[in-house]
Amino acid sequence: MRRPSALHLILLPLSVVMVTPLVWMLLVSVSTQEESRRFPPGLPSGIEWENYLAAMRDAPLGSWLTNSFVVSVVCVVGNLLLCSFAGYAFARIPFFGSKVAFFLMLATLMVPFQIVMLPLLIMMRSLGLVDTLGALIAPNLATAFGVFLMRQFFTTLPRELEEAARIDGASRLRTLLQVLLPLMRPTLATLAVLTFLQTWNDFLWPLLAVQSPGTMTVQIGLQSFQGAHTTNWPKLMAGTVLSQLPVLLVFFFAQRFFVRSVAAAGIK
Amino acid sequence: MTLDRRKLADHTAGWGFAAPAVILIGAFGLVPVVWSFLLSFQRTDLTSPGTFIGGDNYAKLVADPLFWDAARRTLVYVALFVPITLVLALPIAVMLNQKIRGVLLYRLAVSVPLVTSTVATGIMFNWLANPQFGLVNAALDAVGLPKQGFFTDPGQALYVVVAMTVWGWLGFAVIIYLAALQNVPKDLLEASSLDGCGRVRSFWHVELPLVAPATGFLLVWLTINGLQLFDAVYVTTKGGPLRATTVLVYHLYNEAFVSFDGGYAAAIGCAVFLVIGVFTLVQLRFNRRTSHFEVR
Repeated sequence: MRRPSALHLILLPLSVVMVTPLVWMLLVSVSTQEESRRFPPGLPSGIEWENYLAAMRDAPLGSWLTNSFVVSVVCVVGNLLLCSFAGYAFARIPFFGSKVAFFLMLATLMVPFQIVMLPLLIMMRSLGLVDTLGALIAPNLATAFGVFLMRQFFTTLPRELEEAARIDGASRLRTLLQVLLPLMRPTLATLAVLTFLQTWNDFLWPLLAVQSPGTMTVQIGLQSFQGAHTTNWPKLMAGTVLSQLPVLLVFFFAQRFFVRSVAAAGIK
Repeated sequence: MTLDRRKLADHTAGWGFAAPAVILIGAFGLVPVVWSFLLSFQRTDLTSPGTFIGGDNYAKLVADPLFWDAARRTLVYVALFVPITLVLALPIAVMLNQKIRGVLLYRLAVSVPLVTSTVATGIMFNWLANPQFGLVNAALDAVGLPKQGFFTDPGQALYVVVAMTVWGWLGFAVIIYLAALQNVPKDLLEASSLDGCGRVRSFWHVELPLVAPATGFLLVWLTINGLQLFDAVYVTTKGGPLRATTVLVYHLYNEAFVSFDGGYAAAIGCAVFLVIGVFTLVQLRFNRRTSHFEVR
């Protein structure tokens, strides 16, 4: 019999502290109004599903979630396609200007978004994209980090793999899609998880780029909802739970890729 | 002749594959940097064309007491947020690297805040730190301490933002440290324990130096993100109370979208960029110096 480790004495309270805010959010979301305003706060006596219905009814939560979903999915698909194409080119094809282009792209990784956002807003305005989902999609459709990640991946592959296919007369595109794609799956999954999390949780850019309730993402919508409903905590918390459900699902089902992507990207 | 044709084919194929991503990143990532620099020499509300006014925005910046207040608050924030996160994360990562029962559950608990958006985090903390019926005041009350104002108290708000962002980033730092610790060769630890090193001594003399690159990376990364603090402030205090949480980027936001002084906002942005750039370069050098600890 192994003695239980003394570390539990530290790790257990620590875990409780880390999950308390989330657990409490869940509890408040099923409390009644009175229960949420009690002092000291306590456990709800029953489960008040009505809060979720009220949140859906009183705010365009459905369309906010749909907007977030559309933007995230389009950005994921865009990044998977465009970044793996570009990453492949930078890793494998010697073409004119590739070194300069790659260096300049990496340099953009160092630039804080606050520098980019003001001109980006002017650009979106002149493109007529402000207050449309296009303004949220266009700047995130391909990312320098994604290209970098895919290029790093392709440089680790043995060249013989594709050379055999090329000698057999397959085009580059066909080689990429039929020979290399199966090998790319884990890296693509990492990029997909990361892009999804980032676009879903993005705040500053959507705050500037969309204004009307119909085009808001769920994060921006929730923020405006918070301003209007600070007196109804259960309803607000129900909305917050709904906004976090998709990323929590991604987190639980793609944990392996998630941990890898965090370690690879250093992005929250 | 054939050789040239193949080279030409490489050039077209290369650009064919790379162009979509390169054009998008160039247009939305690189062009705005130059543009922002140009904006910082203009007077503009960002909707109508601006007029060039030379270095006036930078002169205003140097003389603006609100800018220096914001800079000071940002420094206080970073000076607390970064060390606290680092000092908490490493021991937690070491504990989570042990073979004990339920360690996967503990890892899950520590990393869950990572996926929680800043808006959700802000809403949760607004409730937890609510002066009237929040959970934290209930806990203080239970042990006989007076209730606190938290986000509503100008003397406390910035520190509550520190606590909230440490909660949000701790899991990230732990994951980075865990990855580094898992790369520490087992035979090194065995050798040190054979040499009579206790668990604590081998931590100080074997593991700590070996995770130095991870510490260096986290130091840079947390500082860069700390200098750009905005979201967490926007969803909790909106820069208040009494400007107590108006950090640099929040000041920038105010100037651009409340005072409509886009040129001045761009100048603040360039100043932040300069600080981040200098810091990154210094850190990169420092990292190179410490990375000889790395064992392959």
